[in-house]
Amino acid sequence: MTADKARIARQFIEAIPHAKALGMRIEHVGDGEAIIAMDYDPRFIGDPATGVIHGGAVSALMDTASGAAVMSHPVAPAITATIDLRIDYMRPATPGRRIIARAECYEMTRTVAFVRVTATDEGGARPFATAAGAFTVERGPADSGDKGDRRAEPAGTPA
Amino acid sequence: MSRPRPEPVQVIKQRRDSALRALTQGIPYVSFLGISFDRRGDELTAVLRFDEKLIGNPFLPAIHGGVTSAFLETAAIVELSWSILWEEMEHGGLDPKAVDAANLPQLPKTIDFTVDYLRPGLPRDAYARARLNRSGRRYASVHVEAWQDNRSRLFAQATGHFLMPEKTPGGHG
Repeated sequence: MTADKARIARQFIEAIPHAKALGMRIEHVGDGEAIIAMDYDPRFIGDPATGVIHGGAVSALMDTASGAAVMSHPVAPAITATIDLRIDYMRPATPGRRIIARAECYEMTRTVAFVRVTATDEGGARPFATAAGAFTVERGPADSGDKGDRRAEPAGTPA
Repeated sequence: MSRPRPEPVQVIKQRRDSALRALTQGIPYVSFLGISFDRRGDELTAVLRFDEKLIGNPFLPAIHGGVTSAFLETAAIVELSWSILWEEMEHGGLDPKAVDAANLPQLPKTIDFTVDYLRPGLPRDAYARARLNRSGRRYASVHVEAWQDNRSRLFAQATGHFLMPEKTPGGHG
């Protein structure tokens, strides 16, 4: 059951065009946790003077990892969408290094999933950014039904 | 006493537009996402042209939340930098010709950024305007609103705090 959720979450993330465009790679997903990495790429630079990656690319990575964590939660919803996400940037990411986002869905109510996520550059001891977010919980067709959320049910069905 | 003749309008426009271009086109990630800026006087509107690679949910389809966040953060940072640049260009004697890709003003740094996702981002162009709620010597607080078809139906809004670039003596800080 849980393995299925992890597989569905993985398939879903791999099908996201923007995740592909940023070259995101799933390192781990399951039981309400997700680790997703993104290589350094000069196209994603936000400050040409320093070569530091744009905060927006980091938020995309953290948002994706958060969504994956929610979808892989043991009592996961079929559908989830970001309600809000607050990101704190403690220091710039080190130019040239891969960035790794680690997300944990630490609480799931009937209607809302709460997520914490960090971003660390490879080799870094401490995260350079952290974020906290709230996500919608839709329990699929059996529940109240689709309300037009940003993420629909994954197309991949268990074989 | 007669006032000096105002500068010809095309000279002013050319100066302001080239400074804005230098500011925005020098940021690789802004070009990668396909964000451009419309200018009316000092007012900027950020424009995100829709592209398949911005999709975060292929099944709806809808724009990725991270793209929305990046778009809003870009609109906020550019608005903040533009306000500094405008002030120096119009009143501070900064030569706009000195503002080129190799010699850009230092950008403000994001301290935190909070995004409210109000509606799904539809697969079409999006617009954003930022408002400086406070712009101090060291810190700034900026609010951003983004919409698609209707200005009054926001699909996302955000508030961010930024660390202002330090003024360098003689240069544009």
